[in-house]
Amino acid sequence: MKTKVALTGNEAVAQAMKQINPDVVAAYPITPQTEIVQIFSSFVANGEVDTEFIAVESEHSAMSAAIGAAAGGARAMTATSSQGLALMFEVVYIAASMRLPIVFPVVNRALSGPINIHCDHSDAMGLRDSGVIQLFSENAQEAYDNMIQAVRIAEHPDVRLPVMVNMDGFITSHAMDVLEVLDDETVRNFVGTYVPEDYLLDAKNPISMGNFDMYDFYFEHKRQQVEAMKAAREIIKEVGKEFAKISGREYGLIEAYKLDDADVAVVVLNSAAGTAKGVADELRAKGIRAGVLKPRVYRPFPQDEIREALKGVKAVAVMDRAETFSTCGGPMFADIRNTLYDLKNDIKVVNYIYGLGGRDLRLEHVEQVFEDLENIRKTGRVDETVKYLGLRD
Amino acid sequence: MTPYNPFNRNFGSGTRTKAVRPDMKWHEMTRAGNIYEPGNANTYETGDWRSIRPVWNKERCINCLLCWRYCPDASVIAKEGKFETFDYKHCKGCGICAKVCPVNAIDMVPEEEIEKVKEANKDEN
Amino acid sequence: MATLKELSRVEERFVGGHRLCAGCGHGIAVRMILNAAENSNVVVGCATGCLEVASTIYPYTAWRCSFIHNAFENAGATISGVEAAYRALKKKGKINEDFKFIAFGGDGGTYDIGLQSLSGAMERGHNIVYVCLDNEAYMNTGIQRSSATPTGADTTTSPAGKVIPGKQQPRKDLTAIMAAHNIPYAAQTAISNWQDVHKKAKKALEVEGPAFINVLSPCPRGWRYNTPDIVEITKLAVETRFWPLFEVENGKWKLNYKPKKYVPIEEFLKPQGRFRHLFKPGNEHLIKAIQEEVDNRWLALLERCGETPELPPR
Ligand SMILES: Cc1ncc(C[n+]2csc(CCOP(=O)(O)OP(=O)(O)O)c2C)c(N)n1
Ligand code: SF4
Ligand code: SF4
Ligand code: SF4
Ligand SMILES: [Mg+2]
Repeated sequence: MKTKVALTGNEAVAQAMKQINPDVVAAYPITPQTEIVQIFSSFVANGEVDTEFIAVESEHSAMSAAIGAAAGGARAMTATSSQGLALMFEVVYIAASMRLPIVFPVVNRALSGPINIHCDHSDAMGLRDSGVIQLFSENAQEAYDNMIQAVRIAEHPDVRLPVMVNMDGFITSHAMDVLEVLDDETVRNFVGTYVPEDYLLDAKNPISMGNFDMYDFYFEHKRQQVEAMKAAREIIKEVGKEFAKISGREYGLIEAYKLDDADVAVVVLNSAAGTAKGVADELRAKGIRAGVLKPRVYRPFPQDEIREALKGVKAVAVMDRAETFSTCGGPMFADIRNTLYDLKNDIKVVNYIYGLGGRDLRLEHVEQVFEDLENIRKTGRVDETVKYLGLRD
Repeated sequence: MTPYNPFNRNFGSGTRTKAVRPDMKWHEMTRAGNIYEPGNANTYETGDWRSIRPVWNKERCINCLLCWRYCPDASVIAKEGKFETFDYKHCKGCGICAKVCPVNAIDMVPEEEIEKVKEANKDEN
Repeated sequence: MATLKELSRVEERFVGGHRLCAGCGHGIAVRMILNAAENSNVVVGCATGCLEVASTIYPYTAWRCSFIHNAFENAGATISGVEAAYRALKKKGKINEDFKFIAFGGDGGTYDIGLQSLSGAMERGHNIVYVCLDNEAYMNTGIQRSSATPTGADTTTSPAGKVIPGKQQPRKDLTAIMAAHNIPYAAQTAISNWQDVHKKAKKALEVEGPAFINVLSPCPRGWRYNTPDIVEITKLAVETRFWPLFEVENGKWKLNYKPKKYVPIEEFLKPQGRFRHLFKPGNEHLIKAIQEEVDNRWLALLERCGETPELPPR
């Protein structure tokens, strides 16, 4: 049974968590994620979930406790944003290396400094190489759907990795949206019961976890993590197909929007994809063959799918909501350019940094991007590879 | 061990073997570096760290087991509440047992002397 | 009180083959604590430090029970996660067995970088035992000062130099800080008194809710004394009142051992290389200051324990 409801992104995520009913949640409040913790606490206080909620004293402890709980054999979750994720940095790597299926929403917010509370992706991008799976969500519906699928992805025996579910701070987390939620039983059946293989509380099979791994073995265990990430690429698709059966919404690694015949395309994560799609529609009405590529999965990086989706375009703009300070563009730009290199068909790839610290992305900005792409396509010339959108310059 | 097969996804995630060996391939080792054999450090010998060894003097021993209590390496083996033997595979020769023994029933003897005695015994045989 | 004859029959759960230095106090302390847990199921958590890097060098583990190491500063949070998992799974009937939860951390992992995580775990009331293995410095990284390092000690980050004679600050009183969390049980003990360690470990394991034990666990490398003398040196720490044995049970402070006579602090300092510089001529005032610190702390402790605040007879 599906019901249409009006919820904010945070409410939708909390709703998903309630329906998943994890064994342990350890979390700490931070804007714009705070509501998730508050709403979930009220579920606990009202007996609407069976979860042991640990109101930890920091995000470092939130992830550490989630690691302890998951290692203990529990289905464990946390949730955070920005500084909280930065504080967790050390232990996110450990969660991944210990192969613990911890699902954690991250409500994307700019990293300090200067301190700021609004959306950008610098928090998530800071952990792109940590070994966790990263899902991105355009709106509350996707955040809700991603949370439910994340459990299955994380816990799949071939994967066993943490999954970070991203959504844009305020833009998605606080805006009221209409979405379709599933009934509790459907979600419960979909996520199933977690059956840990290796866990501390298995009295008959004591286990040592988080051991000291020297130069003689560390490398091999890192290689195994890569393999799990590779497996995740397939599992994410399988879970997406299964999810379609209960929801009518199918998810893959990427969303290719009007790319089949596109000449110019924008690659963008999360909520800005919605804006970009709207602009693409507008331009198509004017005869410009514009398309949008929205990676739903950023780690593992869907290289094959992206290459396939973009192989016919002439010019691509990668929009990054984060800086790398490499002076060579944003993080996703590097990944996409790298991906297209093998095609050897001279696709022009440019980069736009936008929306840092919650700066609005306006329709005009995206229109400007497509206009630039059209010029590049026509002239074959790139004047500036990395540009800033909406900056006072 | 079955060779690595990239189409068998689960395989690459690591194994749950209780016997990891250095000659194994990456996919044959345990997942996440977990160790499935509790206490298997006792197959790792630290006895060769020792330059002096504790030698037990049965006649003097009063079985107080202070040596057992204070050995950092669990290398005093007690059986049925009595001193049984030293575990020379792991004893590091720290000398604590000899020091805490209230009746001096443990002598610390340099390993080279033990070697000499062994050699001498060999000659006799 | 169980005898060693009885205790030696309990299965050894920290086995030989670990790579702690010969004569390391941690091996002794851990064996004593786990021995007190007898045959109950335990999950051990451990902070980064000598104990962890020496006991779980892949593919070998010295732990004959479930063990988890996460990072340096989060043993408290990690073990509280395991304990929460236990409660959740037990409630749902997914596991039936009972478990005890013990976390070990060095003084660095406990007094310093892990203090917040430990404080959180204690305040939240998890049913855990946290054991600090206090060897008064960061030994694993090569003997750097911690907030547990005593005044005057020569460490690699508080070196006894030409101008500054070792660590300039007094030791933090962590056991009192833990007691201030109003937890059911907090205690301070030392490996020299095995009965005391055993009794306290048993109490800590039996109590409902969080318990904390601070064990003085010398490091022959960092303290620079003659390795076999570990029990003697620890005993001197207790006899000189440098390291008093006490416990705080449900808010009630109790002194567990009162030295019969006044043993001057020199007795504890002298056999240790880390204090050698204090005995150079002209440094008498430094030792005198340390003695004053010890005496003042002792008197304050006696008062807290409801005893007459007086020094032992000389
Ligand atoms: C976040 C972090 N900072 C620093 C370190 C380096 N480090 C590892 S162990 C250690 C010192 C351990 O000292 P202590 O906790 O007293 O334990 P000991 O080795 O003395 O038993 C340090 C500084 C680390 N592993 N992680
Ligand atoms: S010498 Fe040290 S390691 Fe060997 S048995 Fe005695 S106390 Fe144990
Ligand atoms: S300490 Fe000495 S007397 Fe006591 S059991 Fe050991 S050897 Fe025997
Ligand atoms: S350095 Fe000190 S604490 Fe570390 S293992 Fe050696 S003796 Fe033990
Ligand atoms: Mg230390």
